[in-house]
Amino acid sequence: MKKLLNFLYALFILPVTAHCEMRIDVTQGHVAPTPIALTSFYGKSQGLASFGQQLTKVITSDLESSGLFKAIDPRAFIQDRDSLRQGPKFDSWRVLNAQLLMKGDVSRMADGRLRVEFRLYDVIREKQMEGLAFFTKEKNWRRIAHKISDAIYKRVTGEEGYFDTRIVYVAQTGPATKRIKRLAIMDQDGANHHYLSSGRNLVLTPRFSPAMHDITYLDFQKGQPKVYILRLATGQKYLLGKFPGMTFAPRFSPDGSNVVMSFAKNASTSLYNMNLVTKTVTRLTETIGQMIDTSPCYSPDGSKIAFNTDRSGPRSQIYVMSADGSNMQRISFGEGSYRTPVWSPRGDLIAFTKMYKGQFYIGVMKPNGEGERLIATGWLVEDPAWSPNGRIIMFTRGDRQGRSRIHTIDLTGRNERELKTPTDAAGASWSPLIP
Amino acid sequence: MRQIILMSAAAALVLAGCSSTPETDSGYHDWPTPNTVVEGPVPGSADDFKSIGDRVYFDLNKYNIKTNGDATIKAQAAWLKKWPSVGVVVEGHADERGTVEYNLALGERRATSVKRALVANGVDGSRVEVVSYGKEHPEVNGHNEAAWSKNRRAVTTIR
Repeated sequence: MKKLLNFLYALFILPVTAHCEMRIDVTQGHVAPTPIALTSFYGKSQGLASFGQQLTKVITSDLESSGLFKAIDPRAFIQDRDSLRQGPKFDSWRVLNAQLLMKGDVSRMADGRLRVEFRLYDVIREKQMEGLAFFTKEKNWRRIAHKISDAIYKRVTGEEGYFDTRIVYVAQTGPATKRIKRLAIMDQDGANHHYLSSGRNLVLTPRFSPAMHDITYLDFQKGQPKVYILRLATGQKYLLGKFPGMTFAPRFSPDGSNVVMSFAKNASTSLYNMNLVTKTVTRLTETIGQMIDTSPCYSPDGSKIAFNTDRSGPRSQIYVMSADGSNMQRISFGEGSYRTPVWSPRGDLIAFTKMYKGQFYIGVMKPNGEGERLIATGWLVEDPAWSPNGRIIMFTRGDRQGRSRIHTIDLTGRNERELKTPTDAAGASWSPLIP
Repeated sequence: MRQIILMSAAAALVLAGCSSTPETDSGYHDWPTPNTVVEGPVPGSADDFKSIGDRVYFDLNKYNIKTNGDATIKAQAAWLKKWPSVGVVVEGHADERGTVEYNLALGERRATSVKRALVANGVDGSRVEVVSYGKEHPEVNGHNEAAWSKNRRAVTTIR
């Protein structure tokens, strides 16, 4: 166990090597945040200038939340905004130790839409690294800010960003014995929060479809726990399949055409797949006696399914099989029980929940079970979910007082943060990047 | 409630009688007056079922009915045989020390154990539904073994 804890606290501190160009290597355990000067967008009118300030505020919050960037205090800026319009005087940014500089303009087009343009500079090399312009209706302005954050993140780290995304989760209120649970959706940074269910039925485990049009989840409609699909555009929900018993633990296949789930009957829980196009239901696992096969998750190429099962003993373990249920293999062999395997969108890792001696852990391992690493622990941590770029894991963290929140943590185990939610929260799912 | 209404109605009539009816009319003395109090749950009702013991408890990650649950199951079965038109739902629950989805499966196992025990004691299986709430509906709000042992339960309720 000590070894496991050492893993948790061991941060590999590596010197930042001299690159030809400003670049953050996000695969290392610990990187000092890169100082970036994020100036306010220039706007001709007072209204546009205030828009510009809001954009910069959102971008600053996005980039700082990644733990990879440190925004320089704007009060220290030397070059003023008007002068910056004609181009950066790199000396005046270098003295602030800024390695990166962002500037931009916001203007209104003839049709009323906003035009937002930004440029990113490498202060050391005195070169522009990126420059893009976006057009949008005013009410979508936050998405522009997130898209700029994504562009900066991608240009500097070489990886896709994750800021223009949404999160669906279970919002919780009321005392433990009379908890009200509602589906809720919000932007990745907590903005645009709203509820998707009234709280009359118990709801659990919402999961985005890959195209983000739908959410599959568990709904206790009329006291019958069953898997449903909620269509976000219309708010309509559809029961999935005609199972003579309870279905739960649903998840979409990577192409959105299938849902894999658990079906419990006669004290046995096995895995089923439903093809949403043909409506064909296929049994994937045989549960001899009284077994529990649950928390199934497709690999990103759709060829395999990981799940947890107690078929090898009372402590459940993670198994991987082909998507048709063949070639079943156990991959977890450590101490304790292993649950809720979730395949990284990059395919190289599986995140999981582990329970050992009364403590809970979030960890990752390779799909063949090698290289287990525990990245978070606590009284109750469970239900990992990946950011679309596979760099960040979101999970539920509960404390001994019964409080429950969603946290994010870097794959390396650094930079754990609480996601801002209006109430207690659990069971989150992260959307893909919004197109 | 019904008794109270009858009583007040009777009282109202008696009062009305005093004010407007001659003493010679003896008909009023034939009004029925309640003289015994009906207490306890109505036989065959949900409350009646609850009073015989509506739940059994389980050990950690187990779903077998413990020997101290046998008497409860027998009482439930006997009651169900006495009231053959009543259907029940067995709700299986788990404590908070598990993952959401696994605990849903575990709750189904526990509820099914109760259903099987009732069937073994002569109850028609078609009268018994099972449902699992996993760890979502604890009975006791607490974060220690004392609370968990109360929350690992299967509760039989009248449908």
